[in-house]
Amino acid sequence: MITLTIEGRQVTVPEGTTILEAAKQVGVLIPHYCYHPGLPVAGVCRMCLVDVEKAPKLAPSCATTVAEGQVVHVHNEKALEARKGVLEMLLINHPLDCPICDQSGECELQDYTYQEGREDSRYREPKRFNPAEDFGGDVVYVPNRCILCTRCVRFMDDLAHDPVLNVSERGDRALIGKFDGKDLTHPWAANVVDLCPVGALLSKDFLNKARAWELDRTASICPNCTQGCNVMMETRENQLVRMRPRANEYVNAFFMCDWGRLNYRWMNEKDRVERPMVRQGGSLAPTSWERAIAAAAATLKGKRTFVAASPMLSNEALFLLTQLMQGGAFRVAEGDEAPLPGIEDLALRRERAANVHGAEALGFTKTRDLLSGLGQGDALVVAGENLTGVDPAALTRASAIVVISSVLPESVANAAVVLPIANFAEEEGTVTNLRGRVQRFTQARQAPGETRPSWLVLGDLLGAIGKQSSFFLPSDVFAKLASTNKAFAGLSYDTLGFKGLPLATAKETGPKAPLAMGAP
Amino acid sequence: MTPHAPYQPVFGAGGEARRELDELIPRYPRKMATLLPALWIVQRERGWVSDEGMAEVAGLLDLTPAYVKGVVTFYTMYHQHPVGKYFIQVCTTSPCGICGAEDVAKAFLRHTNTGELGVTSSDGRFTVIEVECLGACGFATPVMINEEFIESVTPEKVPDLLARLT
Amino acid sequence: MGYPHQPHQRETTVLSRYFGVAEARTLAGWKQRGGYQALEKALAMAPADIVNVVKESGLRGRGGAGFPTGMKWSFMKPGDGKPHYLCCNADESEPGTFKDRELMRWTPHALVEGCAIAAYAIGAETAYIYIRGEFTEPLHWMNEAVKEAYAAGIIGKNAMGTGKRIDVHVHKGAGAYICGEETALMNSLEGRRGNPRIKPPFPAVSGVFGMPTTINNVETLIAAIPILMNGADWYKKMSLSNPKSTGTKLYSVCGNIERPGTYEVVMGFPFRDFLYDVCGGPLAGRKFKAVIPGGVSVPIQTMEEAEATLMDYEGFVAQGSMLGSGGVILIDDAQSMVAVIARIARFFAHESCAQCTQCREGTAWTTKILERIRDGQGTTEDLDTLLDIAEQMTGTTICVLSDSCATPVVSGIKKFGREFEALIQSRSFHPVIAAVA
Repeated sequence: MITLTIEGRQVTVPEGTTILEAAKQVGVLIPHYCYHPGLPVAGVCRMCLVDVEKAPKLAPSCATTVAEGQVVHVHNEKALEARKGVLEMLLINHPLDCPICDQSGECELQDYTYQEGREDSRYREPKRFNPAEDFGGDVVYVPNRCILCTRCVRFMDDLAHDPVLNVSERGDRALIGKFDGKDLTHPWAANVVDLCPVGALLSKDFLNKARAWELDRTASICPNCTQGCNVMMETRENQLVRMRPRANEYVNAFFMCDWGRLNYRWMNEKDRVERPMVRQGGSLAPTSWERAIAAAAATLKGKRTFVAASPMLSNEALFLLTQLMQGGAFRVAEGDEAPLPGIEDLALRRERAANVHGAEALGFTKTRDLLSGLGQGDALVVAGENLTGVDPAALTRASAIVVISSVLPESVANAAVVLPIANFAEEEGTVTNLRGRVQRFTQARQAPGETRPSWLVLGDLLGAIGKQSSFFLPSDVFAKLASTNKAFAGLSYDTLGFKGLPLATAKETGPKAPLAMGAP
Repeated sequence: MTPHAPYQPVFGAGGEARRELDELIPRYPRKMATLLPALWIVQRERGWVSDEGMAEVAGLLDLTPAYVKGVVTFYTMYHQHPVGKYFIQVCTTSPCGICGAEDVAKAFLRHTNTGELGVTSSDGRFTVIEVECLGACGFATPVMINEEFIESVTPEKVPDLLARLT
Repeated sequence: MGYPHQPHQRETTVLSRYFGVAEARTLAGWKQRGGYQALEKALAMAPADIVNVVKESGLRGRGGAGFPTGMKWSFMKPGDGKPHYLCCNADESEPGTFKDRELMRWTPHALVEGCAIAAYAIGAETAYIYIRGEFTEPLHWMNEAVKEAYAAGIIGKNAMGTGKRIDVHVHKGAGAYICGEETALMNSLEGRRGNPRIKPPFPAVSGVFGMPTTINNVETLIAAIPILMNGADWYKKMSLSNPKSTGTKLYSVCGNIERPGTYEVVMGFPFRDFLYDVCGGPLAGRKFKAVIPGGVSVPIQTMEEAEATLMDYEGFVAQGSMLGSGGVILIDDAQSMVAVIARIARFFAHESCAQCTQCREGTAWTTKILERIRDGQGTTEDLDTLLDIAEQMTGTTICVLSDSCATPVVSGIKKFGREFEALIQSRSFHPVIAAVA
């Protein structure tokens, strides 16, 4: 271990740690652009220069490892002057078009310029200009804003193993280039947009959609496959407009795949059931929650109950479903697996739902024929399943159908009771990823109408049936789950935190990214 | 050549260029190290390094075309566009500059009827560029015409030099 | 000798002895002149002994930095189980410098021999000679010499019959000044953009192909030959000045001077005598105004400084500049210093590899300001801005290209500020500039 002093604060870190990372540990963020903890060090932006006592020159803190007894000044005049110089140089050819730039408000060039830059520019010469270029995939390149930090090039090379980006030309003519006809089509390519510290690489999907400061950000999990990448769900006026990766060294490092990232619109779905309904005569009629729960309880009580569940449901919802069912099954949509080769065990998974592993761990059967376990005369609970492609003839085996969903499938228009629940983005809960890691997600948008969270609805239903009193919080449900299911033993919302923990039955895995010090 | 003529590989199996490259590869512990030599071969054979040429080299050396393009654009001697039959480089860097190199460049522009640096004459014979330091500063002004290195060129010598070229 | 001139009597022609002698280019001619005897002697010695002789000779790197050669060789740890490499830096691209060009085109076998000696001394089986692409003639002669040396069994898997493997390969650059920077050269050799690498790791730990590597300039490697033949003491004695600067040094002389060419004098030779006597002084009717003694990267000297200089590593520093690569550029009273410096800055802006912010943006910005001043549109604030940018560009980047661009600007404004001011004072009216000024 090495002990050094940074901005007057003593810190002890393992040998080989860079000054930049050591500084983070004592709460000092050294400004930087090209450095990113998930990428190889380039040391080119020269923004992270710091003054190390007894060193002849300023040191790039991202590329300088700590030494015993080192005294580092981050904010003294010498270091500040150097960084002020870098900022001025980065801006001389920059169009200063913040008012029309998507990055505005989350731009490190803006942030550090406000923090440490000059108030004016001494540059009087013409600015260089290059036209914007569609890089393919979800990415557009605006070279005039580019600071040549090369994070994007390094990501495509070292992590995606698909070096389709390069630095072209030399000197101030240099820019990020690609080869004609070879686009950013790699399934993980859109990460370059997040990695870009300025407004040079932009998402086409998000282009001109919102200003960064209008967004509400919620820590969540990507629901779109079993990897369980940690994400921020970003909403504007209650609409999900963007999903971006949230760092978790045990799951997704700093990244998420394009498919997961761009597959968020379903969570803004409009064709919702917004009020509880019960069958009255030939049709479903809206009613109060109390009556609907009572009707559902009456429908299910004393019957063998079969649950057709969605693997998008939380552990909490699935656990409560197991309390009222005699049999349960789920099916999962599939696609091609697409790994990010630079990170161990990180891929867009074949199974495209968040909680496949949780559903299995809780006793649901994975099947292609969803209703094969539905016996003649059983009560059927359709939980989050859209029943697309399910043979309507199979449904006739059910003596009664209770739908607990956010959308009412056409094929169960004859349901006895419909209980509208929140979708993945609208409630809180946990999911279990394919390596058995249990991770929390939280509510990113308001559920429409009278819709309620799934755990609340199911808790009330169980209470009405007389099996279980209701729960006040999803954590109560989880505590119950942990106390009754060995795999979940010892886990709680408090211990899960926002990086999750593995099931007792899961294999411990080490971190797959150098993330000990936190976010970039 | 029409713009749509199919690209003929430079390093076709059994060809001289391929043999040359295959001989170079064992000189280095990594195949990638033959990238610059391979690009030189492409330029020698085709007069310039086209996108197709870059893609071909990329394929041979297990690189991506984008990577190769990044390298090609770094080095000024690789032509990314076709150039005249005679590619004339006049050194105008400081030591030659103070010995009148710019007048030599102007003389070449005038006598080749190219008029502008980097522009190929309408008959396709000449392209004249100013080049940064040819490393023969004591022989101002050095000029390279294709592979030929000519020392101590003055504006007066330019017409005779050009007259030698067919 | 002062190629293309006859050697001057005050020159000491050790390395340049055969410049202009076409027969010395061939293997037979080189052998007749004592060629490959030093290699033969070296191969019979222990590598460590060769390193010691070079150490004792006081030989320092001739590429510009002046690092002690023997010490550099001693960084290569024998028996580390890794392949070692020797790189010969023949990228000679510092404007004003063309001595290595002469060495390679007149005595190509000397370089093969020097490479083979150094490779053996540092435990390398492979040496790469990286020659800039513009050097068509040196490339031709080096390729010929390597071919001849292989055919004669001097190099190859059984070098001179000793059973030792020494491969020497010529690698052609493709137009990039920065590839003369040692780690950029290694990247280029590996088939990459010629971007300088962050140090540490230093080449002796992780150089070309990630292996321990020594990189030496052409002149340095060739100087090892007479050192081995004549001994360290002989070499050390060739100094008129400082014990830390030994031997002879080649100087490329160019610009506004009567006899440009390559000259070889011993360390400590008076610069005044060199310029006015050996090289023939200024052109008829002209006066020297300034001299850049070590390639365009070093500070510009006034004639007062130059005439007080003793030509060695310390002597140039004592008079406000550096020995650098030995590229001596004379600027006479017909030249505008502003135009000269603007052209130098333009060179660096063209050659910046684009990695570091201060270099990529600073070299171009500096050039634009200088060219504006040159064209009569400068302001007095421009000089302050130039000096400030220069400060930002000094000591803040991966390599010293950025510093090299700043150096002539700072020394130029400091020593020839009047020329800048005169241009600025006489500036013509320009509506745009006037509006923002």
